Amino acid sequence: MEFTSILFYVFSLFFVGSSLVMITSRNTAKAALWLILTFFSAASLWLLLEAEFLAITLILIYVGAVMVLFMFVIKMLDTEASTLRAQFTRYLPLGIFVSLVVIVQMALVLNAGPFDLETVGLPEQHGPSYSNITAIAQQLYTVYVYPFELAAVLLLIAIIAAITLVHRTQVNSKKQNISEQINVQAKDRMRFASINKDSTKENK
Amino acid sequence: MMNFNFNVSELMFLMPELFLLAAISCILLFDLYVKKELKKFTYHLSQLALLITGLLAFNLIGESATIFSGTFVLDTLGSTFKVFIAGFSIIALVYSRHYLSVHGLLRNEYFILALMSILGMLVMVSGHSLLTLYLGLEIMSLSLYALIATARDRAFAIEAALKYFVLGAIASGLLLYGMSMIYGITGNLDIAQIASFASLASLEPQETLILNFGLVFLVIGVAFKLGAVPFHMWVPDVYQGSPTSVTMFLSTVPKIAAVALLVRLLIDGLSDFQQYWADLFMILAVLSIAVGSLVALTQVNIKRMLAYSTISHIGFVLLGFVTGVLEGYGSAIFYVFAYILMSLAAFGSIIVLNRSGFEADQISDFRGLSKHSPWFALIMLAVMLSMAGVPPFIGFYSKLFILQQVVSEGYVILAIIAVIFAVISAYYYLQIIKTMYFDDADKDIVVSAPIDLKVVLSINGALILIIGLMPGYWMNLSVSLF
Repeated sequence: MEFTSILFYVFSLFFVGSSLVMITSRNTAKAALWLILTFFSAASLWLLLEAEFLAITLILIYVGAVMVLFMFVIKMLDTEASTLRAQFTRYLPLGIFVSLVVIVQMALVLNAGPFDLETVGLPEQHGPSYSNITAIAQQLYTVYVYPFELAAVLLLIAIIAAITLVHRTQVNSKKQNISEQINVQAKDRMRFASINKDSTKENK
Repeated sequence: MMNFNFNVSELMFLMPELFLLAAISCILLFDLYVKKELKKFTYHLSQLALLITGLLAFNLIGESATIFSGTFVLDTLGSTFKVFIAGFSIIALVYSRHYLSVHGLLRNEYFILALMSILGMLVMVSGHSLLTLYLGLEIMSLSLYALIATARDRAFAIEAALKYFVLGAIASGLLLYGMSMIYGITGNLDIAQIASFASLASLEPQETLILNFGLVFLVIGVAFKLGAVPFHMWVPDVYQGSPTSVTMFLSTVPKIAAVALLVRLLIDGLSDFQQYWADLFMILAVLSIAVGSLVALTQVNIKRMLAYSTISHIGFVLLGFVTGVLEGYGSAIFYVFAYILMSLAAFGSIIVLNRSGFEADQISDFRGLSKHSPWFALIMLAVMLSMAGVPPFIGFYSKLFILQQVVSEGYVILAIIAVIFAVISAYYYLQIIKTMYFDDADKDIVVSAPIDLKVVLSINGALILIIGLMPGYWMNLSVSLF
């Protein structure tokens, strides 16, 4: 057996194992950690398939950003495992049905028609000096530079739209106004109040 | 690897888009850093940016080029569309400001989002690959969703924004599905490459089938964006729920972009499948005209009524594309421009009626308009007669050109159906005129509009008559675009 095959089986074992533990785990925080391991194993598998860029983005974005956000959500929300599981049997038949349909569809796509594996063939193998990231970057910044910049504009819109929709000027925010502080007069600070002697006695 | 060559001078062809994007960024920073007293100039800067964008696009009319490895195309059609997009947007923003300031919705992000969505339309108009067309569509739509939701204290506006967002996402999904099918079988995103693949005589039946399959989804996606029956369910609710200024914006300028999407995908890309998509358009057109005309009869909310009227107008536009001849396409383009001009004036007249704390959106709000402001009543009269298709207004000629082409291509029954429903639809347009001239207002109404709104609305109304008196030049222009 080749070394890469051994690596493939090791990573696959981790992948399948950690995803199984993830869905059976009772503790949501632990499940999220197992999901991170799943992502990591998937990224390693992609590395074996010469998809370095995808592997790195998977780790950077999913492990680095999405899962951290997930952990925040889990810690902030009060997720009781028993309430989540309450209607498990009710949804089970539907879940099994959907999974079956997905499996059948995948089998159909992979086995017949113009998208057949035999007509498409295996992807080209490259030498050790080949960098998938360089190839993608070259395409992105030359041939697809215009769509790439448009995608950047789309992100800018998302930022503007999100701020527009959510931001409200805070009325009670405590800001320091320096010029007002310097120009303050003694009479602004002190207030002379006339106190009625009789009322203070009564209070005692 | 694809061969790549790039010349900096090619950026000249991209000037309108580049300028608009730079202007948006500058305005954004300007709005962030200037003092409160200066913030009102964001509006003026936005208008200036639009004006310059329009001029830059006008300057490029006559040039043609395909740059950025075939993802961007510049041709007369694109440049002309861009000029019209910029021009109509300027009118729309003038009307919008009055509405927004009257209802306390005036926030500068409104103009920035509007400019962003216009940028998306420009990208769509010049898109020459499935990728750029889709990105342009999303830039446009995303800004529009946010524009509707800027009125976040109104429950109806939030509902409209959500509805528009969800249905828009479904439409994008369907469009993408069609695109993926076409990409899968042609192996290309470039419209020109797709066209040359589709024109091959040696297409296998299976390849034709998959192309057709993708085509159906492209048509559905375009129909969603245009709001043609049976993909129109979002139109009335979104029109009614959105703030009137946004309703006006999204019922007018994006239609140019949607038509551009149609032209790029179906006429530039899949013209060899014209017989297939023309059949689909025929169904969409007849249903749109019928549903739009009949359902509008019972509406009491004028924005809802105009929504159904839009649907029936879109039906007429699609009829122009059914013909499959250049004159037919040209008359469809002319119809779109005429419709936008009329729709802008109609919504402008509604906005004039808005006062502080009073939202005019019922037909009954037009009662007695001829008594207290006869000039606006006259403009609305012209708009309604034009929409109903009465000569000598622009709406008559746009319908006439379409029907001429439809008849000369032998679709006589289609023309008869269209005319019958046009006559039925005249009822609700005339009803508004009756409300304005023969009904009395419940109380005294003082309509006060800023001078810029009055001037632009008057010019807009006058154009409906003037272009109607001499439609030949504009019709020739529309046909010469193809």
